[in-house]
Amino acid sequence: MTKLPDAEALLPGLAAELKARVTPGTAMIGLHTGGAWVAERLHPMLGLKEPLGLMDIAFYRDDYAKEGLKHDPKRTRIPFEVEGRDLLLVDDVLYTGRTVRAAMNELFDYGRPKSISLVVLADRGGRQLPIAAQYCGAQVDVPAGMRLRLKRAADGKLSLELEHVE
Amino acid sequence: MSSNPQLNANGELQHLLSTEGLPREILLQILDTAESFAGVTEREVKKVPLMRGKSVFNLFFEPSTRTRTTFEIAAKRLSADVINLNVAASSQSKGESLLDTVANLSAMQADVFVVRHASSGAPYLIARHVKPHEHVINAGDGRHAHPTQGLLDLYTIRHYKKDFSRLTVAIVGDVLHSRVARSLIHGLTTLGVPEVRVIGPQTLLPAGAEALGVRVFHDMRAGIKGCDVVVMLRLQNERMNGALLPSAQEFFKHYGLTTDKLALASPDAIVMHPGPMNRGVEIDSPVADGPHSVILPQVTYGIAVRMAVMSIVAGN
Amino acid sequence: MKILIRGGRVIDPASGRDEVGDVFISDGRISGSKGKAERTIDARGLVVAPGLIDLAARLREPGYEYKATLESEMDAAVAGGVTSLACPPDTDPPLDEPGLVDMLRRRSKVLERARVYPIGALTVKLAGERLTEMAELAEAGCVAFSQANAPLADTQVLWRAMQYAGTFGFPVWLRAEDRWLAHGGVAHDGEVATRLGLPGIPAFAETIALGTLLQLVRATGTRVHFCRLSTATGVEMIRAAKKEGLPVSCDVGIHHVHLSEMDLGYYDSHCRLEPPLRSQRDREALAAGLADGTIDCAVSDHTPVDEDQKQMPFAEAEPGATGLELLLPLALKWGAERKLPLATTLARVTCDPARILGVQSGRIDAGARADLVVFDPAQHWRVVPEALKSQGKNTPFLGYELAGRVRTTIVAGNVVYEA
Repeated sequence: MTKLPDAEALLPGLAAELKARVTPGTAMIGLHTGGAWVAERLHPMLGLKEPLGLMDIAFYRDDYAKEGLKHDPKRTRIPFEVEGRDLLLVDDVLYTGRTVRAAMNELFDYGRPKSISLVVLADRGGRQLPIAAQYCGAQVDVPAGMRLRLKRAADGKLSLELEHVE
Repeated sequence: MSSNPQLNANGELQHLLSTEGLPREILLQILDTAESFAGVTEREVKKVPLMRGKSVFNLFFEPSTRTRTTFEIAAKRLSADVINLNVAASSQSKGESLLDTVANLSAMQADVFVVRHASSGAPYLIARHVKPHEHVINAGDGRHAHPTQGLLDLYTIRHYKKDFSRLTVAIVGDVLHSRVARSLIHGLTTLGVPEVRVIGPQTLLPAGAEALGVRVFHDMRAGIKGCDVVVMLRLQNERMNGALLPSAQEFFKHYGLTTDKLALASPDAIVMHPGPMNRGVEIDSPVADGPHSVILPQVTYGIAVRMAVMSIVAGN
Repeated sequence: MKILIRGGRVIDPASGRDEVGDVFISDGRISGSKGKAERTIDARGLVVAPGLIDLAARLREPGYEYKATLESEMDAAVAGGVTSLACPPDTDPPLDEPGLVDMLRRRSKVLERARVYPIGALTVKLAGERLTEMAELAEAGCVAFSQANAPLADTQVLWRAMQYAGTFGFPVWLRAEDRWLAHGGVAHDGEVATRLGLPGIPAFAETIALGTLLQLVRATGTRVHFCRLSTATGVEMIRAAKKEGLPVSCDVGIHHVHLSEMDLGYYDSHCRLEPPLRSQRDREALAAGLADGTIDCAVSDHTPVDEDQKQMPFAEAEPGATGLELLLPLALKWGAERKLPLATTLARVTCDPARILGVQSGRIDAGARADLVVFDPAQHWRVVPEALKSQGKNTPFLGYELAGRVRTTIVAGNVVYEA
């Protein structure tokens, strides 16, 4: 049984890596729900000028025909101009890559960014699309039949947990 | 017939026929989803690819440009293909039955039927006969229901007033013939609005109105007192000269919304109207264009609400 | 043929007889003495009663043959144990000409099923303007005159028509409904119609017309039979009129003692009826009124409508329900619910309608016409289209299980139906 990394411990390392690379105009977008939590922690650590953007990919998923509008959609708010900007897309767990694909499609409906870099807290492998993270907190092996989830406690503390897939 | 025809076996919304009988959770789900879509309509690319490849058939047996257009816009913003059928003009006049028309369209791979019909209950008949993957959205049936209008009215109220549990809402005018009023009343009572009032002359209020859960007023000044939301209903021409009302002038004097009558309502009351307005009959211009009026925003919210309804039913 | 019906529970509501025994038929009549039977029917465990008399059954001929035919509906009648029926004049063309009445009588006689009593049109084409040749129509076989469901708004014409009918002693059968108050309505004007957004017919549409008609009865002395009562107030008005000694009688559609506006559900057009199904209170008053005899009898109001005409939005659907085969089980259901003796229940569909119709049937005593039904009151059957002989499968009771199945029907001493 792989020992799961401490989510809180991963944040300073990621922040340091990112700080070295951000430009004045860089903006950050967190993906609901887990990615938004991570982004909310990273954003202040990087001193970015633009406020944090939050995105829900509910309307861009590729499984609508099968699953319908199951997940309670939250509102996407992007309080800055996407056009010509360096973007940091933040998610909690990178797995098949489909979420990121949907997020990029949605981003391009807002404008044409200069670049998009993917920041993830954990990469569990199992890619089904040619997607890669430029910044990654940790690689995690997930046993078959399990799912890797980010949880946020009442006091805001983040933690990575495994749970069974039904 | 006991089970709710709007819900599938899992209790999810498969058809939207009426706000009556919709569980509170589903009403809220629709309003919350509409909230997310509101963001889409504000940006440059107003489309999301959610319903790409799906076909929405607008089956309007009663002509209507406004409602049909908003459904068309909503469907296109979901990237769905839209087919408009002005059935009033074509097959019905050739004597084809309602169910035959629907069966023919079914054969053309429809996913969603948006139906407006002059007979109350027509969408229920259609919903009983469509295939499992087809969904019916009622765009207005007779005087029975106009659920998307009721929902966008609820959305508007929530947007400006936030908390339903403390509101007094008045609906003024021809409630007897109004499907908009019925849909709004059911939604308001489901969401726990403590006082819903209907205001109008006896000839324009239905039998057993109290059974809908409303307080009846014939005196507008008494009924509008302290209201947080005032909804004015459209008075159609044919009502004004028959045995229901003597004239538009007399109606306006007693039931038209003017600045001085509005002053009796709560100071931050909002004024709504499903449109199109008859200025000088149910509402005067200073009020319609004034600071309390949220009539234009209602129209915008209508698109987000219809996008929400379509995407929820089509996915179930 | 000489027939012996052996060992059944013989119920003759007219005389009060209710005992296990035999009935012997000879030369088309009930015989006082026994003879050598050419045929024996074993009725042990079954009820032997007078054949049902249904005061309102539409046979759809002439004119509506695409909905149903005389053959199919007459088959339905005897399968339902109905041995005499009155058919309303709203055929196409309406029964306002002696030739049409004559043809109908001859056609039905040839079929050798139930006895058919045509009710003639009160006004030409039922248009409510000119009187029909009532004497001629009576000679052709009409036993009463009616407007069926067509309105007669002109009270002057109504008055004169009643006077004219009264001249010859012809009874007038009318459904009390004010044409203007009922205009455009399709359901009872109350909570359910308000919720469903259906145009309503207020209860006072019936009672206002009833008031007018009762005054005209006082003025003319004409015997009036009120068809298809639907309101509690209407029942009270009839009760008072009878107490006053007016020559009035009335019936109720058997559906209306069981169903109310609540049964419309999500626009079930099988519940689209004329008059409409009204409130629970009205329904209860009708059921009680039928029990205490204020309402003289129950009828099926048999109206075959094809499914296409029912699979329409409620207001556009054709009103009416099939009923010849449901009259008996629904009457039994009503009687059981009100805990009435079986003889009283059966009276409301045998000797009481016979009295209104003015015919000799509806009784089992020596010399009476041998119109009989042998049925099993305890046999349950499911109301499905295949179980009905009528071409009309339109009933609110589709899918229900009812008790009461006819085994044998005899008309004029001939077995015309056997299960």
